[in-house]
Amino acid sequence: MTRRDAMIRRLQAIVPDEAILRRPEELKPYECDGLTAYRRVPWLVVLPEHESQLVRILKLCHDEKVPLVVRGAGTGLSGGALPLEEGLLVSLARFDRILELDPLGRTARVQPGVRNLAISGAARPHGLYYAPDPSSQIACSIGGNVAENAGGIHCLKYGLTVHNVIALRCLTMEGETVILGSAGLDGPGYDLLALVHGSEGLLAVVTEITVRLLPLPGCTRTLLAAFSTVAAAADAVAAVIEAGLIPAAMEMMDRPAIVAVEDYLQAGYPREAAALVICELDGPEAQVEAEAAAARRQFERHGAFRVQVAQDEAERQRFWQGRKSAFPAIGRITPDYYCMDGTIPRHRVAEVLAGIARLADKYGLRVANVFHAGDGNLHPLIMYDAAAGELEKVERLGREILELCVQVGGTITGEHGVGVEKLDSMCRQFGEGELRLFHAVKQAFDPRGLLNPGKAVPTLARCAELGGMHVHQGRLPHPELVRF
Amino acid sequence: MDLTEALQEQVSTSCRRGTSLRIVGGGSKAFYGRAVEGEVLALGEHRGVVAYQPSELVVTVRGGTPLAELEQVLAAEGQMLGFEPPHFCPATVGGAVAAGLSGPRRPFAGAVRDFVLGVRLLTGRGEVLSFGGQVMKNVAGFDLARVLAGSLGTLGVILEVSLKVLPKPPLEVTLRRRLPPQQALGAMAELMGRDLPLSGLAYDEPFLYLRLSGLPEVIEETAADLGAEYLPDNRFWLDLREQRLAFFTAGEESLWRLAWPPAAPNPDLPGRWLLDWGGAQRWLRTTAEPDAIFQAAAQAGGHATWFRGHGPADPVFQPLPPQLFKLHKALKEAFDPKRILNPGRMYEDL
Ligand SMILES: Cc1cc2nc3c(=O)[nH]c(=O)nc-3n(C[C@H](O)[C@H](O)[C@@H](O)COP(=O)(O)OP(=O)(O)OC[C@H]3O[C@@H](n4cnc5c(N)ncnc54)[C@H](O)[C@@H]3O)c2cc1C
Ligand SMILES: Cc1cc2nc3c(=O)[nH]c(=O)nc-3n(C[C@H](O)[C@H](O)[C@H](O)COP(=O)(O)OP(=O)(O)OC[C@H]3O[C@@H](n4cnc5c(N)ncnc54)[C@H](O)[C@@H]3O)c2cc1C
Repeated sequence: MTRRDAMIRRLQAIVPDEAILRRPEELKPYECDGLTAYRRVPWLVVLPEHESQLVRILKLCHDEKVPLVVRGAGTGLSGGALPLEEGLLVSLARFDRILELDPLGRTARVQPGVRNLAISGAARPHGLYYAPDPSSQIACSIGGNVAENAGGIHCLKYGLTVHNVIALRCLTMEGETVILGSAGLDGPGYDLLALVHGSEGLLAVVTEITVRLLPLPGCTRTLLAAFSTVAAAADAVAAVIEAGLIPAAMEMMDRPAIVAVEDYLQAGYPREAAALVICELDGPEAQVEAEAAAARRQFERHGAFRVQVAQDEAERQRFWQGRKSAFPAIGRITPDYYCMDGTIPRHRVAEVLAGIARLADKYGLRVANVFHAGDGNLHPLIMYDAAAGELEKVERLGREILELCVQVGGTITGEHGVGVEKLDSMCRQFGEGELRLFHAVKQAFDPRGLLNPGKAVPTLARCAELGGMHVHQGRLPHPELVRF
Repeated sequence: MDLTEALQEQVSTSCRRGTSLRIVGGGSKAFYGRAVEGEVLALGEHRGVVAYQPSELVVTVRGGTPLAELEQVLAAEGQMLGFEPPHFCPATVGGAVAAGLSGPRRPFAGAVRDFVLGVRLLTGRGEVLSFGGQVMKNVAGFDLARVLAGSLGTLGVILEVSLKVLPKPPLEVTLRRRLPPQQALGAMAELMGRDLPLSGLAYDEPFLYLRLSGLPEVIEETAADLGAEYLPDNRFWLDLREQRLAFFTAGEESLWRLAWPPAAPNPDLPGRWLLDWGGAQRWLRTTAEPDAIFQAAAQAGGHATWFRGHGPADPVFQPLPPQLFKLHKALKEAFDPKRILNPGRMYEDL
């Protein structure tokens, strides 16, 4: 009997047979997450339904030293849920219940497989909502959001997932239950709640999440401002913040993105603009009206040649439609695109976009930019043709862009995580000591290294091979990037 | 002044010898947490603002910088620390982050840890490491910067911290309304569920206190709507934060802090209550036994801290379940394998 057959046999004692996927056609859909460039058909997929089953699966794997990956909705963009060579893929898709909604305490306790948007849906009748809103919110799971510390367009004002979760129920690799956080606003001891956020499934399996709900804003105003240079747009964004405003969202698009969107759905964006800013304010009505006027003044003062305030909900939707369709719009004009994700200090936006354009030229590739200007989170979209064998070139360009982000004091990922995609770039951002401590922390939670091994934190050997060992916080000249 | 080298030297020496260190920021009272024996590691002179760009909403400061000094620098640009840390004269930024305590604005703006973007720290091995950064969104590597918030110096010495800052609201006013204690929680829950420009919500019998922040016209409209009495100034919140209200100063009973589900009733414990954070942080003056309080807190899904009135070796923080404590020990081991940094300050074996 093979090791795999033996595993199936033992799993059958834990979950019903149909919850164990083993035939190639059953396994195929799980071969990748949202980052399709990396694929591996899983060894086995299990779909438990109860926490007690999950505990037994973990204990079994722990005893047998079988590694495992947890999968939420599989929308991750860094290959975090990429299956392992000889390990289980555990899908939490069946943990999809909202367990409790407390309108008075303004919290919801949910299972990890619940979709992000479903939480706001359930809260709405009580005048409440869940603030973090990744663009994938119709599809992604809240468990995946915790594991990636997902963000969205509302981050600047409402924070990331970590700011909106008050408690987690988790299982360690040994199958032990721990509760992190509390039903109050903080927990006892170390802030392990924060640590598990963004840990990419390497530290614990999240089985219950208590999120904080906020009152629905009384009023929302959306502005669209067009600029003839990227620098002017960037200055205007900074000016809005300096004026003391914290918009609910502040998004920016450059010309290639604007043109692609206009060709796709005629959102009414000015094609001649070099950059567009969409700025949304929310809160009590009188406050929002005053802030919208103040934002408008800043945009005009910084040279916007057109500023529009959405007059009604339909117009507001139209403003957003373009931004939200940017990815498919780009998808239409290129066979493939690769979405990068890095964050930079806001005041260096213009300089970094110029740098990206220069790098793109060097590689002979086109790049469009749509991004969260309010918090400096860039998403350069590199257009290419995989069939023409351009992927490797794209990856090189991508790494150079991230290196540029680190050089200006930013980071290699603002919201998509490291996964398998950015292991090399981690060697650029962190030095040996930092990486060693990451490994020690991993070891503290999972001494046998069985939970999603090989993701998120590169081995020191890998960094040494890249010659990145002594690089720290961007103090790096420019050694040619080699990949083995 | 940048004392990184000297501090590193002292930690490395202690690490070699296996002798413990007591990290002192402002050199202020050791009333919070458990007592630590050890040579003093003084952060007070390691101070100064390293970087500050108001339009980025980020400031980077050395750990020993006095909170008051930082707040002045920010105020000059119309900005503030959103978590409103409690501070008494000599308090330092590193101490405030390590203590992890937040003021009345917490449920509306966020806690200390929510504003920590990055740290440069000294581990118990004497290594200088950096985590996080100066940008709002950063998910590269484990979030070890936030973990330092509230770790009471048991994981690492905060050499530098980057904090997100917020614009100061144009206007703040304080209102109060007389309310019987039985109605306080209901009234707070109702207010918290509405989109109001609230920045403080507390109940100190017999009054419900509200702080509103924002534009004058908005505040006026909201205040009229709430039908409460204006107070002449905002001193109440400062006195609450710094524990100068009669509730804190009168009487001999121990002071407890309970982190609590905001709408849940008080546990059946003797004593006097003061409710802050819209009910999520409750202060209790009581003679009840610690065990009874810890147990009540655990039952409600919250946790308790024996804030004042304990002896040096008493349990101050909510006892942790064994599985959770195991993780704490393992984490301590990762940061400070020889247990030289503030040993026992938080929990006996940590
Ligand atoms: C309601 C309330 C009342 C308070 N009353 C007082 C009071 O009367 N007096 C008072 O002094 N404080 C008081 N505090 C606490 C104080 O406001 C905070 O703890 C704080 O800012 C202490 O700063 P400090 O520099 O004095 O820290 P310290 O008291 O020196 O240290 C606090 C903790 O942080 C650690 N620490 C300090 N600096 C660092 C660093 N750079 N890196 C790592 N760990 C570090 C210390 O070892 C210690 O565990 C009160 C807090 C609250 C909530
Ligand atoms: C079109 C599109 C737009 C996107 N926009 C955004 C955006 O705006 N902001 C943003 O932040 N992200 C965005 N993403 C990325 C992705 O949606 C998020 O990272 C999301 O949080 C992933 O959730 P998931 O349920 O799909 O997780 P998966 O892809 O299934 O898993 C992601 C990682 O989380 C781990 N994991 C999942 N569930 C658990 C659990 N219960 N316990 C422990 N670990 C677990 C997995 O092991 C894996 O490492 C986008 C993706 C797409 C495809």
